[in-house]
Amino acid sequence: MKTVFQKPEALTNATMHYCPGCTHGVIHRLVAEAIDSLGIREQTIGVASVGCSVFAYDYFNCDMQQAAHGRAPAVATGIKRVLPEKMVFTYQGDGDLASIGMAEIVHAAARGENITVVFVNNAIYGMTSGQMAPTTLIGQKTATSPRGRSVSETGYPIKMCELLATLEGPSYLARVSSHDTRHIIQAGRAIKKAFEMQQQKKGFAMVEVLSTCSVNWGMTPIESMNWLAENMIPYYPLGVYKDITAQEGD
Amino acid sequence: MAKTLMKGNEALAEAAIRAGCKAFFGYPITPQNEIPAYMSYHLPLRGGVYLQAESEVSAINMVYGAAGTGTRVMTSSSSPGISLKQEGISYIAAGELPCVIVNVVRCGPGLGGIHPGQGDYFQAVKGGGHGDYRLIVLAPGNVQEMADLTTLAFDLADKWRNPVMILSDGILGQMMEPVEFADQQGVSKMEKPWATTGAVGREPNIINTLDIVPESLEKRNYELLAKYEKIKGEEIRWQEVGTEDADLILVAYGTSARVARSAMELARKEGLRVGLFRPISLFPFPEVQLGALAGPQREFLVVEMSAGQMLEDVRLAIEGRSPIHFINRLGGMVPTPEEVLAKVKAVLGREG
Repeated sequence: MKTVFQKPEALTNATMHYCPGCTHGVIHRLVAEAIDSLGIREQTIGVASVGCSVFAYDYFNCDMQQAAHGRAPAVATGIKRVLPEKMVFTYQGDGDLASIGMAEIVHAAARGENITVVFVNNAIYGMTSGQMAPTTLIGQKTATSPRGRSVSETGYPIKMCELLATLEGPSYLARVSSHDTRHIIQAGRAIKKAFEMQQQKKGFAMVEVLSTCSVNWGMTPIESMNWLAENMIPYYPLGVYKDITAQEGD
Repeated sequence: MAKTLMKGNEALAEAAIRAGCKAFFGYPITPQNEIPAYMSYHLPLRGGVYLQAESEVSAINMVYGAAGTGTRVMTSSSSPGISLKQEGISYIAAGELPCVIVNVVRCGPGLGGIHPGQGDYFQAVKGGGHGDYRLIVLAPGNVQEMADLTTLAFDLADKWRNPVMILSDGILGQMMEPVEFADQQGVSKMEKPWATTGAVGREPNIINTLDIVPESLEKRNYELLAKYEKIKGEEIRWQEVGTEDADLILVAYGTSARVARSAMELARKEGLRVGLFRPISLFPFPEVQLGALAGPQREFLVVEMSAGQMLEDVRLAIEGRSPIHFINRLGGMVPTPEEVLAKVKAVLGREG
């Protein structure tokens, strides 16, 4: 029998705990496919963060460390500095990376730390049941912004790719989306590129993947995919924000 | 090997490198700055990695990452900085990652001052961060011990898969004394099959401190507690001077023990039978060894540069079988031998 579709080797057989309509599972798969295609599974050490992806250590079939909330880039730095020939990636959500872990991500990027960061932005704290995140959109209702996020009280959502692009350290910064097949394929390419940058010792690479949280957004899976496309992408434009390997005129 | 005149902080750093420390992550804070400065110069020249982190929080998490690869790794700080590290220390203890954490203690609370103190005793020996865990805590009393206990700290960390804290202070860190370094040949190379170094031809290793199943986490808690009990059985260290015939035993560690030793010698010259009991391991505390000295004919005087923190462990060890007295200075002040001697005389009814 001909195999036409199978699980990447870099994923375990564990059943994922993610909710219906959540794209973490898809993004895990994209990371695993990138690892498989580069043949680096046995050379890779992943760092799980705190949030919905906290159990990532059970899903990736490579050595894993589970980090404290927001600290994954520091933990990854510790690993990479003593094992510079190994591949090190973090997998972080928006609360973890853009709020409590802002210092760690900015300084890892500023140092040009040679790691790969997969940043999943779904504009909400999912694991703790839907609180306002640093990336929650203006007017978006959450458990802790019940009348909608207001600028006068909580300011503006943080655009991480744009923010980190002001630094010299990063080699590659891209924002992609996971709401439909075309975008998922683009996201997979960006994630692979972010691992290649590390392999080529180019320095810090991050892919921000716009994602959904249908349960905490209070939507069906299909509604949440549409909401992402209609509301998140206008505020968080997709594209490559930095690529030191891009040629003039690319 | 000849003795070298060195600052305590530098002796500690040199001993760490000789003990096979291959990575140091730190953040500037007085009075420990000589340690990162020494490491930043020497470690890269001797096959190691030095990195100044963006914060104490990041530094301890870099330690977590590096320790998880099985690399001998160290960080150092001083009191307010150690408070910031507590989150990471709790994770490191839970993940059973070997590492060495140096606290060159200053006075507090808050930003406090940059002068020496011993007010971090509770934080060091009772846990410090969240959850039930223990550090192995070693308290040097001179520059030679700043070196020797650092060597020991790396071995104990590996042996027990546990973070080890060197609880020093601003005086021990800054003072200069002759020091001799142990032979490098002795660096132990313990196998670390649990380390995350890349899953080549094996199942993945996972460093994790999360367990949301209560039955499972409770089991894990009891495993950790059993380890701490074993440590209590094997790793107690202390020094006794003149305790055999003593009517009064001074109990002190670190800088306070140096003052107490001087006070003891002054008292002996005056014919007073005074001894010194100096805990070297603060966790495990030499509870049984100290308790064995208790009795109705003998009194104890605890000397601390804190409001009376080790005092509580002394009370637990003595269990009311001897009177216990206390003398201290705070805020970066150090008790003088004469002050302690006066208290000794007061306790023994010999004042004036």
